[in-house]
Amino acid sequence: MTGYTPTHVGSVTKYVMVESFEITPADLASRGYEISKGVMIKETCFGLVINGKEEEVDRIVAELRKIDPDHIFVKDRGFPPGDARRCRANLGGARPGYNGLEFEMSILPYISHGLEVLDKKDEKSVPPPEDPLEHPLLDIHKLKKLIDAQES
Amino acid sequence: MVKVFIYPATSLILSDMVARFGHTPLSSAIAIRERIQTAGLESPPLQITPEEPKKGLKWAAVEVPAGVRGRMSLYGPMIEAAEAAIIINDADLAFGCMGCARTNELIKFLVHQKDIPKLELNYPKNEDEGVKFVAAIKRFLTGLGAAK
Repeated sequence: MTGYTPTHVGSVTKYVMVESFEITPADLASRGYEISKGVMIKETCFGLVINGKEEEVDRIVAELRKIDPDHIFVKDRGFPPGDARRCRANLGGARPGYNGLEFEMSILPYISHGLEVLDKKDEKSVPPPEDPLEHPLLDIHKLKKLIDAQES
Repeated sequence: MVKVFIYPATSLILSDMVARFGHTPLSSAIAIRERIQTAGLESPPLQITPEEPKKGLKWAAVEVPAGVRGRMSLYGPMIEAAEAAIIINDADLAFGCMGCARTNELIKFLVHQKDIPKLELNYPKNEDEGVKFVAAIKRFLTGLGAAK
């Protein structure tokens, strides 16, 4: 057993994801560098990873969101950018946890559409979605999934 | 500002929605960050030490596998701190190289047992469902703000 000395203590890390036809991660990175004070910004294929003091990261994230609010998504990350325990530069292959992000990124266009519609429309006028706790006879998407599983 | 537990706890969409509509998401990243920023014994990659399955005994019995108890030491305190919860029921991504199906069942069970406002959803499969999904979350989170 060896001792563990943490790095980046007291900092927060956030992912900024872009799902847009108009904004690229490079655009976001340029804007981020322009307004940043003492934070680390890493550009990735899906957006940015920002690490620094919480107030500063929150300020930058709020500014970046203004560029395209319905197409920029943010979440917390446990590890700082480039951490050897997570970075695929050290491990090879996809980073553990990326599969989840990849799946949700395939749904982001629907979420962006929802946000755009609700900018112009009151959410109270939208009917509720199906209750997942009610079990329909057989959902068409589930049937397709079963057929695909049998064919592969 | 209400602390909202999200399931899957790694969800980008839920984490973003909760923060976007003015509340605090309780996600696994925060629990992991706490561990990797605390000095102790080296236990890569997630700094989950042999102490964690012991802490997990609060939520799962001793005969339950250590993997479930270790994970519960991350999620249990968040469920206890939660003042509301959003659950996505068809989240296959929560089970795989990092996820554990039994822990997921226990998390959902504990959240259902707790007397807090809950929203149950499925992932949207098209644009119309996307509008309903976002509207349901917005209504739920706005209602929480009004209740406080």
